[in-house]
Amino acid sequence: MPDDFRKITPDADHGFSIAAPPRRFGTGGQSAARRDGLAKVTGAARYTADVSPAKALHGVIVSARIARGRVAAMNVAAAMAHPGVVEVMTPQNRPPLAQHPDEKRHPFNFRHEALQDDRVRYAGQAIAMVLGDSLEAATEGARLLAPVYEAEVPRIGFDAAEPWTPQMVGFFAPATHEIGNIAKGLADADVVSEITMDTPAQFHNAMEPHAIVAEWVQEDGRARLLLDTPNQGPVMTAGLLAGYLGIAAEDVVLRTPFIGGGFGSKLMIYGAMVLTALAARAQGRAVKTVLTRAQMYGPVGHRAGTRQKLTLGVARDGRLTALSHDVQALTSSFEDFVEPAGRASQHLYAAPNLAMSHIGLRGDIGTPLAMRAPGEASGSAALEVAMDVAADAVGLDPLEFRLRNYAEVDPSTGQAFSSKALRECYAQGAAAFGWAGRPLAARSMRDRRGRLLGWGMGTAQYLCTMYRGEARVILRGDGSAVAEVAGVDMGQGAWTILAQTAAEGLGISPEKVLLRSGSSVLPDGSVAGGSGHTATAGTALSEAGKDVVKQLTALALNDPKSPLFGAGNSGVLAVEGRLLRADNPAVGEAYVDIMARAGLRDLTGTGVGERAAENAEKYAMFSHGAVFAEVAIDPDLGQILVTRMVGAFAAGRILNPRMVQSQLEGGMIWGLSFALHEEAVFDPTSGKVLNDDLAGYHIPVHADIPAIQTMTVEEIDPFVNALGVKGVGEVGITGSVGAIANAIRHATGYTPTKFPIRIEDLPL
Amino acid sequence: MKAFQYLNPKTLPEALAAMALPGSVAYGGGTNLLDLMKTGAATPDGLVDLTGVQALQSITLDDAGNLRIGAAVRNATLARAPLLRAHAPMVAEALLSGASAQIRNMATVAGNVLQETRCPYFANPDAACARRDGGQGCDARVHAGREHAVIGWSEACRAVHPSDMCVPLVALDAKVELSGPEGVRLVALSDFLTLPEETPNRRNLLGSGEIITALVIPAAATALAGQSRYLKVRERTSFAFALVSAAAAVQIAGGKVIRARLALGGIAPKPWRVPEAEEAMVGRAATPETYRMAAEIALQGAAPSGDNGFKIELAKRTVARAFEWAAADVPGLGRDLPASVFDTIPEA
Amino acid sequence: MSGLEFVVNGAACGVALEDPRVTLLDLLRDRLGLTGAKKGCDRGQCGACTVLVNGARVNACLTLAVALQGAEVTTVEGLSEGGNLHPMQQAFLDHDALQCGFCTPGQILSAIGLMNEGESGDDVARVREGMSGNLCRCGAQPGIVAAVQEVLQAHSSGSR
Repeated sequence: MPDDFRKITPDADHGFSIAAPPRRFGTGGQSAARRDGLAKVTGAARYTADVSPAKALHGVIVSARIARGRVAAMNVAAAMAHPGVVEVMTPQNRPPLAQHPDEKRHPFNFRHEALQDDRVRYAGQAIAMVLGDSLEAATEGARLLAPVYEAEVPRIGFDAAEPWTPQMVGFFAPATHEIGNIAKGLADADVVSEITMDTPAQFHNAMEPHAIVAEWVQEDGRARLLLDTPNQGPVMTAGLLAGYLGIAAEDVVLRTPFIGGGFGSKLMIYGAMVLTALAARAQGRAVKTVLTRAQMYGPVGHRAGTRQKLTLGVARDGRLTALSHDVQALTSSFEDFVEPAGRASQHLYAAPNLAMSHIGLRGDIGTPLAMRAPGEASGSAALEVAMDVAADAVGLDPLEFRLRNYAEVDPSTGQAFSSKALRECYAQGAAAFGWAGRPLAARSMRDRRGRLLGWGMGTAQYLCTMYRGEARVILRGDGSAVAEVAGVDMGQGAWTILAQTAAEGLGISPEKVLLRSGSSVLPDGSVAGGSGHTATAGTALSEAGKDVVKQLTALALNDPKSPLFGAGNSGVLAVEGRLLRADNPAVGEAYVDIMARAGLRDLTGTGVGERAAENAEKYAMFSHGAVFAEVAIDPDLGQILVTRMVGAFAAGRILNPRMVQSQLEGGMIWGLSFALHEEAVFDPTSGKVLNDDLAGYHIPVHADIPAIQTMTVEEIDPFVNALGVKGVGEVGITGSVGAIANAIRHATGYTPTKFPIRIEDLPL
Repeated sequence: MKAFQYLNPKTLPEALAAMALPGSVAYGGGTNLLDLMKTGAATPDGLVDLTGVQALQSITLDDAGNLRIGAAVRNATLARAPLLRAHAPMVAEALLSGASAQIRNMATVAGNVLQETRCPYFANPDAACARRDGGQGCDARVHAGREHAVIGWSEACRAVHPSDMCVPLVALDAKVELSGPEGVRLVALSDFLTLPEETPNRRNLLGSGEIITALVIPAAATALAGQSRYLKVRERTSFAFALVSAAAAVQIAGGKVIRARLALGGIAPKPWRVPEAEEAMVGRAATPETYRMAAEIALQGAAPSGDNGFKIELAKRTVARAFEWAAADVPGLGRDLPASVFDTIPEA
Repeated sequence: MSGLEFVVNGAACGVALEDPRVTLLDLLRDRLGLTGAKKGCDRGQCGACTVLVNGARVNACLTLAVALQGAEVTTVEGLSEGGNLHPMQQAFLDHDALQCGFCTPGQILSAIGLMNEGESGDDVARVREGMSGNLCRCGAQPGIVAAVQEVLQAHSSGSR
């Protein structure tokens, strides 16, 4: 096997490294091809389920098939009697944990089920674990357990769930907000339009099922857990898991070089993870547990179902006088996550009277959590439809109506935007789509085949999250560098972009940077979520690179043998592996020479990525965009096809256009999926998700996805972070759902009251 | 998955001998049976893999012009067979609209006939399902959804037969050839697949130890080949089961219908054919009104089994559209694209 | 115990198969160390496990290994020759036809299967339809379709 195609394996210190690919396998430069692309097209990429330690046991989780009640009995003897079954773990014999699974020491200690008792609180929770010498044996052992339940009537759906008023929604966001006076704003309006919108429970359904391979090893005289698992916050999760296991955080080594899609679902602690680690310790053997697809419909989060009411007051001139967004969101009986859908309307349109509220509805379902664009996806879906209804009420084109309500400052805080090129997005997107001349009236366009055509648009907006991340960059004596961060690549391109940011800070070509990442032993780059990973880990790497440059500069400026000696006042530039006098770039010296003279084999710099507090206080920071969609609908049969989509986005500085395009397209496809396909259906009898598979839970196939055009409007944003980058992973969903819904509304005259939009909803 | 014995006979007598073993089940591509074994809904003691039996592999025209399709022929092979495309192109169209290319490469035609409903309660061994276990229970009584039947269902079972291929086959009077300990017999496909009524777990007329050895499309089908279409309506444009589908064939002379065939999918426990609807069309003008009338007759007695009443009107419209396309069709046209609304509306 | 003799990526392969329940996918992944084919659903609903059996694309998760006596199986590990990628692999890189990469081997094998079937030409609607048995959750479909189209175009014009 040629070197280039070799499997990606961990080094002795549990890190993973990927260099820039040879040129024949991908372009370099700013729009560099994915560093991990070669591994992915050859099968050499190492996902957790691909890891098979010698003599590993296979773990199979047994999932509850009821949603409320208790497990009365299980036929452990039958399971143990099956050839190849090694152990059955139940609440009776589960080894002790140092932290109860329901104890919350940290906000991300999600309450979960690790066989603490016989209660069932949602369908799909773990109620036992079977270990076997083969997957086939363990799987059959799990079936033979044949649990007997004492079932209670589950609380499923909006009507059965129990209302509760949360203080916080999402992750630490306020549940309510009001500026001005909604009642007064509505009284001042010439037209009041109100819509209600139901959105269904949706499941992340990353293509890679959750998987855990746990192996305890003796290192430095103590037991360490090597944990392979796809995870969006490796350092945080390692620390949290250590708490349950009663060991030091650094004794959990979490390895996650490749993640087969996360979308928020791989941020969680869940029963199978804790149980697999416990089982491996108890058995003295490695244990590998891979969730089935069906097991991903419960314990690993989902996007909560919501019922939203939007009330818009509009003056005859098309200006909003009031906007109120009231949300009910389903949640579990034992955790407090409430989908922050109301947030979507609080920072976008210039309504002088603006409010949101949230009610949680507790039922017997797994805990909902963040799913790609949490809050904004569902909230924007409802908001953008409401905007079109309001535009109609005053006889305005949807784009014109949005422009009349363009927010020059954040309408909910009065803060200035750190940057906001939304106007340019509207203009460029509309031009590319050919929006001008769109007839106002519904049902007024047909294509040559007689299909109803509709054009719709929506505004995209997503907040610019930033955490605190750390990174390290080591410059080698040969001029190459190793950049180290516990980064997370779940498809967004971190392997590529993070190397680029390190190279930029260090002032060398990205091809010379080897990125070491994908493991909790490396500096904490923080979580990959909220579209904040590149901003956080990327800034940290860039700063670490600059730290190296700073040290090189000090060496050179103080070294009489350096041509830069004494150049302190004029400053230096770091360019292509050389320090240059800022006032005379012809004078400079290569890094390698500075190091050689100083007798240094390598030089290490560290960096922190976090937002400057004064900027965070002063500015509202968002990515924006404008999405335009066309649908064609069979006038008799109601089948809907999205025929084209155009998205124009402003997301700060575009680090790697190739990766950004892919993220934006992916987001827009998620919007299409939200609008037309995704919906989990709960069985009222058992409380189980009925369509807990990929045949029943539809995500779009190739045939559903049209030509998509994306474009970016670059923004110079000195405030958002040192790199000037905003997130692109989630903004593409927002706006897109509404654009498609509004296109359907334009084609048929039907105002959606729920998602997904179905054939039977259309007035045909 | 329960442990089982795997047998791979090479000849028909070997196959029948293997089928005589207790708990044996015929095995084709495995695309449905193996899946149900994984969920625990099927627990056979033995699998008799028929894909190695040479006698079940051929597609032939007999002297009388009947098209005989071996039971173990793969769906994709059949869909591409020139004999089928000439004889009954809407069957090819239906085949290509089903599942995915991968599944079609694996699944056999006999397996297609014998595939189980995709009612979610059927595949879940913890749910009550009379169709699966012959008991009295049915969780779909409490919650029947869009995927459930609107005609031909009973309190015992609201499930839908999921096949696309069988819909045009039923319209064309196809027969199932069965071989077993008692010998060989031919049964009309429309009789072979049964309605739930009192014994919902008896889903077909397969006898003990019997296997399907062939499907036979009668010679008469060729007369309809040029004016026939299969139309499938579903929200996901591909790799999805039909919400409703219709196989329609119509022979027209002098602007009047002289012969018509119609069957519907996605709405009933088996492909739904109402001969009265076809007969009522004969002698009438080949117009949308006639097609709508046939649709009304075909759906007489339809009633929602849950939250799915919309499928009744949708089915009628699908019938009318399928006839319109069939009437406008070009004889002998082979279709490589599946029966999607989007790919086949003639340009105005 | 029965012995399975078949050909994997051009090499003869003999496996002692003590359990007929083992699927081709689990055989490849757990016993032959060929982890390129992925288990996304294990039920034939996602396409991540797509491999070629005797040149035709199938879902390895719904294929019993024991049924493959004498068959020729091609996985993603068997596509590149020497240091050269298969044109489909190269096209996936060129068109950035992947994100998380988990569905990628299945997409590539499915695309090669589509090419072997020789019916779709490079018509975009047919390529999309023909690839619809392979789900991608990241939303990399535009790149995938472009990559497949390019290779099919080259293939049909004989310029490969």
